[in-house]
Amino acid sequence: MNQDDAEIALQKRLDLIRAARGNSVPLDDVAEVVRAILDTMSGEISSNELRVYNELEALAVIIRKTKQEIADIRPDEIKDDFLPTAADELDAIVQSTETAANTILDAVESIEAVIPNCDAAVAEAITNATMQIYEGCNFQDLTGQRISKVVNTLKLIETRVNGLVSAFGAEIEEVLRNRPEGEAVAAAPETPVREDADLLNGPQHPESASSQDEIDRLLASLG
Amino acid sequence: MAVDKNMRILIVDDYKTMLRIIRNLLKQLGFNNIDEAIDGSSALAMLRSGNTYGLVISDWNMEPMTGLQLLREVRADAHLKALPFIMVTAESKTENVIAAKEAGVSNYIVKPFNAETLKTKMSSVLGDF
Repeated sequence: MNQDDAEIALQKRLDLIRAARGNSVPLDDVAEVVRAILDTMSGEISSNELRVYNELEALAVIIRKTKQEIADIRPDEIKDDFLPTAADELDAIVQSTETAANTILDAVESIEAVIPNCDAAVAEAITNATMQIYEGCNFQDLTGQRISKVVNTLKLIETRVNGLVSAFGAEIEEVLRNRPEGEAVAAAPETPVREDADLLNGPQHPESASSQDEIDRLLASLG
Repeated sequence: MAVDKNMRILIVDDYKTMLRIIRNLLKQLGFNNIDEAIDGSSALAMLRSGNTYGLVISDWNMEPMTGLQLLREVRADAHLKALPFIMVTAESKTENVIAAKEAGVSNYIVKPFNAETLKTKMSSVLGDF
């Protein structure tokens, strides 16, 4: 088989796989194609054919190495242990900040309850101070929204890791076989799509967020 | 014309702490007739329940119905379309403000906000108080 024939054969095999499995082709399948093409290149070969042979061989080495590296990072462990633990920790932070904010609000409301017993100047001072505390308690909402963004990112990573676990060959299967029984690989939960989903960005970082003044100017410019 | 401080105000936010903060700030501004909803769907049901509201103050990012969807429903409802609607949200991107404006928002407050901003925006929508 000459170089042109090898390229045509390779392309045909890849097209067949792509037609059957889409663009997400397991590395095992690609490795099999490379092996099949190499097997056909027997006998005397030209320098061009040798170059193709060498490139295919190098590709096969990369595939083997990549498979081993991905198996080594234990994607099942990342999916089953690390990601859920991280999500639980973040949930705990949201819960803690909510509890703290409500404790602060309870105390402020108790202070406000005694305002009628104070003279006017003291009442005004307390009212101004409590108003500032209410403003400060905005942090809980923003903290929660920022953490929700991180949790969504973790879910995205989980989906990608699931893809790795599903797509990979014997190395990952061996890792999975060593897991305790009953821990099946679950599909990532589906998130409902909202019509304004592309506009739900959450809080911006202070350096890139629009200020109230900038938003006021924008609103005014819109008529 | 003076603002009626007895007007019924509906505040909408999925964070109960935020509802509590806005309610307390409104009380400090002299408004005590306040109802709360935790998402757009329940807010819309309350608006359509027969009570007459003078103002809606709504968050944006809520499930299952967002503040923007609520605003669009309000503006599409013959009985509610003139209702003043202030969006209070952490969404501060230009495209968010444009989308809200196109949907008919009365004013837009970005979180974190202070009482003075709330008062200023309410005044711009309702008149001075």
